[in-house]
Amino acid sequence: MDTPDVIIRKCEELAFDLNFTRAKEWKAQDASRVLVGNMPIYFPRELVHAANGLCVGILGGGDKKLIIKGDAYYQSYICHMPRSIVELVLDGHFEGFDGFIFPSICDVIRNLSGMFQLMGKGTFVKYLDYPQNFSASVSEDFYINELQYVLDQIYAINKVEVTAERLKNSIQLYNKNRSLITELYDIRQQFPWRLTAADVYHIVRAGYVIPVEEHNEILEAMIQHIQVDRGKPVDKIKVMVMGAFCEQPPVGLIKTIEMAGCYIIEDDFLLGARWVQGDIETTSGNPMHDLCMAYLEKSTFSSSVYDVNNPKENRLMELIKKRKVDGIIFAAPSFCDPALLDHPILQKACNDHHVRFISFLYSENTGQFKVIKEQVGTFSDSIKLWDEPVVINNL
Amino acid sequence: MSTGVAKEKSMIIQKEMIAQLSKELSMAKDTGKKVVYTFVPGNISELILSFDMLPVYPEINALQSGMRKKSEGFIRGAEKHGHSEDVCTYVKCDVGMMLAGNIGPNGETVPPPDLLLLSYTGCFTFMKWFETLERLYPGVPVALLHTPYQEAGHITPEMTAYMVKQLKEEVIPKMEKVSGKKYDEEKLKMHLRNSSKVEESIIKIFDSTKNRPSPIDAYFAGVYYIGPINNGFRGTSEAVDYYDELYKEIMVRVQKGLGPITPEGEIEEERFRLVVEGPPNWTHFREFWKLFYDMGAVIVASSYTKVGGVYDMGFRVNPDKPLESLAEYCMNCYTNLNLNQRVDLLSNCITKFHADGFLVNSIKSCNSFSAGQLMIMQQLERKLEIPVGFIESDLVDPRYFSYSNIKNRLESFFQMLEQRKLMVK
Ligand code: SF4
Ligand code: SF4
Repeated sequence: MDTPDVIIRKCEELAFDLNFTRAKEWKAQDASRVLVGNMPIYFPRELVHAANGLCVGILGGGDKKLIIKGDAYYQSYICHMPRSIVELVLDGHFEGFDGFIFPSICDVIRNLSGMFQLMGKGTFVKYLDYPQNFSASVSEDFYINELQYVLDQIYAINKVEVTAERLKNSIQLYNKNRSLITELYDIRQQFPWRLTAADVYHIVRAGYVIPVEEHNEILEAMIQHIQVDRGKPVDKIKVMVMGAFCEQPPVGLIKTIEMAGCYIIEDDFLLGARWVQGDIETTSGNPMHDLCMAYLEKSTFSSSVYDVNNPKENRLMELIKKRKVDGIIFAAPSFCDPALLDHPILQKACNDHHVRFISFLYSENTGQFKVIKEQVGTFSDSIKLWDEPVVINNL
Repeated sequence: MSTGVAKEKSMIIQKEMIAQLSKELSMAKDTGKKVVYTFVPGNISELILSFDMLPVYPEINALQSGMRKKSEGFIRGAEKHGHSEDVCTYVKCDVGMMLAGNIGPNGETVPPPDLLLLSYTGCFTFMKWFETLERLYPGVPVALLHTPYQEAGHITPEMTAYMVKQLKEEVIPKMEKVSGKKYDEEKLKMHLRNSSKVEESIIKIFDSTKNRPSPIDAYFAGVYYIGPINNGFRGTSEAVDYYDELYKEIMVRVQKGLGPITPEGEIEEERFRLVVEGPPNWTHFREFWKLFYDMGAVIVASSYTKVGGVYDMGFRVNPDKPLESLAEYCMNCYTNLNLNQRVDLLSNCITKFHADGFLVNSIKSCNSFSAGQLMIMQQLERKLEIPVGFIESDLVDPRYFSYSNIKNRLESFFQMLEQRKLMVK
């Protein structure tokens, strides 16, 4: 087994390999394999897996891609990620990809799907309209039809028939993946010094660009390593970072938060990998139905999901309680309507429940963290020095 | 420019209609009429009216607040309340107005909602908007009508079936509960028959720009023409009469060879014919318009007048299939079209109405329109070899309206059009 440092280094390389080398190698090994790029936040990757495909998470160029052409496609008041995705397209990074999936999370992603269509990228481009009505009687058929469309598109490329057995097997592999990631977060909640938040980030993000079987092995190895103590505890507060579910914060920002006196115990950076809460049932004999019900009944909360029957502020408070954090950092990409329009709602809940928070904006290529470091440092000091632990009652 | 602006009969009718609706709204508490907040795109007023309820459109309140110079205060109020500078200013204007007592732009109190009809059509922010309102009006039921996006450029039977199910299982039951009335399909059909007549008239009205000179401006005046159908009168006989009258007036203008009416009289010489993409700026609407009519620029088609429904691609409501029709109407609104469809639609407008140029007014805080607009522009330029122009402003935040910037850019654009004309000659 590789040492933790070797695993972390490997994950870091995978996570930021904007040429998607491992995914392309994997595809090259078998003519019936397909690569499907998916934008944030969530897509049931099991489906593509069962069709002999690999979903590759497209998360923008971060601070690793210089924008030269992408700016000509977007006005200055639109978030940064789509322009780096366009830059990646124009520079040929997605050559060899067979299709692209755009989950319905906001109008920028929606219209980006149209830009991919106009640019003629991939054999198919699918804007996947997730039902916002969570009643199965209203939405199941529609959602299954959306998923079936993706399967049909892949079938047209590779003629691989997705049987119930294949899909069930894929769901089980991803169940394992989700439960391992949860275990990683759980251990870290108790012993945050054993891995940094940036390490966790790299490990989870690596899973966006490699086969799930390989990712499960990495997670298992890493979990084994951190069962025993490594690193030294430091007097830091525990925080949750919210609002970064789409355009990713630069790793420098994640590191800055931890260097400024916080342990990031919970976050929504790579929320897609942790979207479904708990295992997807596989006993119904109809795995498409199982996938659908998982979305309708086991989705986490998010700014991109309509929440009338299950208010997100309550779910946020429950998460705070579960993770026992001392405060929240609301970090959202500039110009991100979904994240920013939630701030007043979530921050009011924080005030009502005496949860301390700070908030700032970033862009995936932010390079200067001095101001953020000071802000976070002050936040951490004030909680360490003055605050009682957070106690949330009456949800 | 000829002076003297006589009010046409249709203008008077429209004014009376709007005044009547605001009066009814202000008396809703006394009359017991239930009030439904909803949006212009996916504006299923026919269904609301079939339950004898009154519609309120927060977007219209916001735009009117912009026109009456009240929006800045409201926006600042919402920002004080924690709203970001970076988000849709319609939302902030509405929230700010509510926090300031919900006094509407005309000075009348806007009654609180009895039902929030979240017709989530063509704009993701609608959902966030009503999540916010739902918390500002605790206990008010929300009926969600999720309109699937035309991502593949057409409507599938599954999309329609999904919407009809939502209407049957979510929207209608909630309307029945709030209004205390049973769903009356015959009444809905009657309203839809009116809508279908109005849709025909609207097509003819906006088609009149084929004439030279164009008898109307299909953007600046166009927003007034679509007022009644987007602001509470979809499906009413008043709307049928209004559009009949408007069409008659426009035909008279065509016969007389008259150009569009502006706030300063008629445009006497039509120098440039434009197609415009994107909503207008409301805070400086008159000055903005003047920049065009002073140059003899007439807008012969605009995407914005199609936000509340696109009828020039063949869609008409079918009263015999009422719920399916409501669904298809919603799915056919402009911002629910994919970029390819938008390019095609704009391209048809440019060709059909013999436009000399294409202009984008990009709105800072509206991702639904703005994201992808530059690519639409590139596509049209390439496809039609037409001069394109680009300006930026905001809907209701005056802080983002730079008169001199817009003027400079427009002047260069008009120069380009002028040169092009000379070359063609
Ligand atoms: S960062 Fe926000 S606005 Fe930008 S694409 Fe992602 S969700 Fe949409
Ligand atoms: S984002 Fe645009 S379409 Fe959506 S509510 Fe705001 S102004 Fe309207």
